[in-house]
Amino acid sequence: MDLDYSPDELAFRDEVRAWLRANLPEDLRRKVETYDDFGREDLLRWHRILAKKGWVAPWWPKEWGGTGWSVVQRYIFEEECGYAGAPPIIPFGVTMCAAVLFRFGTPDQQKRYLPPMYAGDVFWCQGYSEPGSGSDLASLKTRAVREGGHYVVNGQKTWTTLAHFADWIFCLVRTDPGAKQQEGISFLLIDMKTPGITVRPLILMDGGHEVNEVFFDDVKVPVENRVHEEGKGWTVAKYLLGHERMNTARIGGSRRELEKLKELAATQMKDGKPLIEDTRFRDRLTRVEVELMALELTNLRFLDQLRGGKPPGAEVSMLKIRGTEIQQALTELAMDAAGPAEVTLAKRYCNFRKTSIYAGSNEIQRNIIAKMSLGLG
Amino acid sequence: MKFDYTEEQQLVADSVRRFVAQDYAFETRKRIVASKEGWSSAVWAKLAEIGLLGLPFPSEYGGFGGRAVDLMSVMEAFGEALLVEPYLATVGLAGRLVATAGTEAQRRELIPAIAEGRLVLAFADLGEAQSDGSKLNGRKRVVMHAPVAGKLVVSARSGASAGLFLVDARASGVSMTPHATLDSMRAADVDFRDVPAVRLGEGDAAAAIAEAMDYATALQCAEAVGAMKSANDATLDYLKTRKQFGVPIGFFQALQHRMVDMVIDCEQARSMASLACARVDAAGDPGERARIVSAAKIKIADAARRISQESVQLHGGMGMSDELKVSHTFRRLTVIARELGDVDYHLERFARC
Repeated sequence: MDLDYSPDELAFRDEVRAWLRANLPEDLRRKVETYDDFGREDLLRWHRILAKKGWVAPWWPKEWGGTGWSVVQRYIFEEECGYAGAPPIIPFGVTMCAAVLFRFGTPDQQKRYLPPMYAGDVFWCQGYSEPGSGSDLASLKTRAVREGGHYVVNGQKTWTTLAHFADWIFCLVRTDPGAKQQEGISFLLIDMKTPGITVRPLILMDGGHEVNEVFFDDVKVPVENRVHEEGKGWTVAKYLLGHERMNTARIGGSRRELEKLKELAATQMKDGKPLIEDTRFRDRLTRVEVELMALELTNLRFLDQLRGGKPPGAEVSMLKIRGTEIQQALTELAMDAAGPAEVTLAKRYCNFRKTSIYAGSNEIQRNIIAKMSLGLG
Repeated sequence: MKFDYTEEQQLVADSVRRFVAQDYAFETRKRIVASKEGWSSAVWAKLAEIGLLGLPFPSEYGGFGGRAVDLMSVMEAFGEALLVEPYLATVGLAGRLVATAGTEAQRRELIPAIAEGRLVLAFADLGEAQSDGSKLNGRKRVVMHAPVAGKLVVSARSGASAGLFLVDARASGVSMTPHATLDSMRAADVDFRDVPAVRLGEGDAAAAIAEAMDYATALQCAEAVGAMKSANDATLDYLKTRKQFGVPIGFFQALQHRMVDMVIDCEQARSMASLACARVDAAGDPGERARIVSAAKIKIADAARRISQESVQLHGGMGMSDELKVSHTFRRLTVIARELGDVDYHLERFARC
């Protein structure tokens, strides 16, 4: 057993670190640092910088621009980006839709969609949740009716992240209401400029605009925009759920937040001494730090299994559960440390309540572990 | 980075598993615990025979040169089996001090005796300045395994420096009041009155004592992981077999989610135990070593508390019964969380490192 990175892996980490130091634009890093909102152009600018370097989609097949990195290198890259304070790479295109296209897309679809996705010419979003279908996604009702060479789509998606920036949306729609629930669903790629699509902002409790409602009113979608067979959309969705589950813990980002929090607690005074010396506060902080140390190693253990050809099962859901619990605890401690004058940190605390709800709520993650990994229920 | 066992580690893990399966079933342990001595010399001889008593010691003294990470599978298996024999006290703590602080002559004499199963050790920290160099005076409560020890390794402090002493457990002036602990082990309150003592090693032993405590704590973290796994396995099995309202109770989401949290805590504890064992193996900054070991103990203590309490709760009334192993695992985890520094001690130490 050897818990340290190999010399090669360490050299790789240093290379990534040095490159980030030289190429991460200061204004974008500042926005991350101060929890500022990102505009469409901010996100695409960072995407394009990475694309130019050839690092925007490391896991892609090499002939499509992938790097050929090992799973450990990919993990190191993601964590270094998080730790450096790089903006997020928006996952809907290069991570999610691309995975579907590589697995289920026709050669024509791959040729049409993948290169502009890589280059950052097209901004993608994800149309999954509906007002009546959250955790029970397979109950979705957005209807697509085949009429000649087109589907006519009617219905509503919600919580659609960054739909207001998006050029395209990938959607789960119901093509056969008569079939068994999970067999009547298809996977469509829809151009957001198609007539009949309306995007309406949903303002969250921190005042921010990141999610939207998307309405479809007689939207005509060419049949060739369907990925995989009609009625096989749920197979696609399940495949996507199992894809890229190794970076949900966000260790690097949390390590950065922890360091910032310690700096803050060292300068804030309480009863004449730095807050960091206050036993009650300090013990809360320590427990989060310990949990993060443990999760980093747990994450590496899963990666090692994957690398060894024994992909871990549903238990990787624990990375999402504990990772988001840590992120939330850090925002709460930062809010407490800063006090009521720092509204930005209080808003961030509010905003981060989303993390245990999105991408499969933590309760759904527990269901998954209970059922798939422990054989309960 | 590599988490798989090496070939040698796998051999050790396999042999300790075989030993537990053949010689340390829960019923066997019950008989051992109920015996007058409270431990099994036959088990001890077996541990010597399969090489576990010599595992961590240098080969020139009859050991196998194992590191803490090589002992993890042993400790985990002992944790699962709730082994009551003085393995950690002899090999992990007092024996560690012999190996790291003893003179060459003391190592040559004592380590082969430990490895061959002829010598059981216990460790007692007498605290502040209770020695005049050749005679020890003082009282130490709850010295684990003292009733069965051949020798005691005793530390006595004077200001910031500390001395280590070897005391024959049967020496005149040593008197013991034996008792059983909550987790069915044997300990004694030990009185030292003008006890003739030999220095173990020479000079200030404070650094060696700190190192041995961290080493033993890291090993005990691995033992705790084994006990947690045992509690979780038993609970999961119970959720699948116990029926109420016409279904296995594991059908109920309220219980499923609690079980999942227990499993996550066990994995997180395992990660920290690995980290602590790897750190005590790496010769490095003692402050960093202390920090990591304390972090591990914080996680282990918190997880031990949650898992032990939840395993009893999810077993319902059966969890309370002395008959089921899970109530014994509960007691062992409750003790481990408080041994070698409780969570408050380690929270304080983590912050100061």
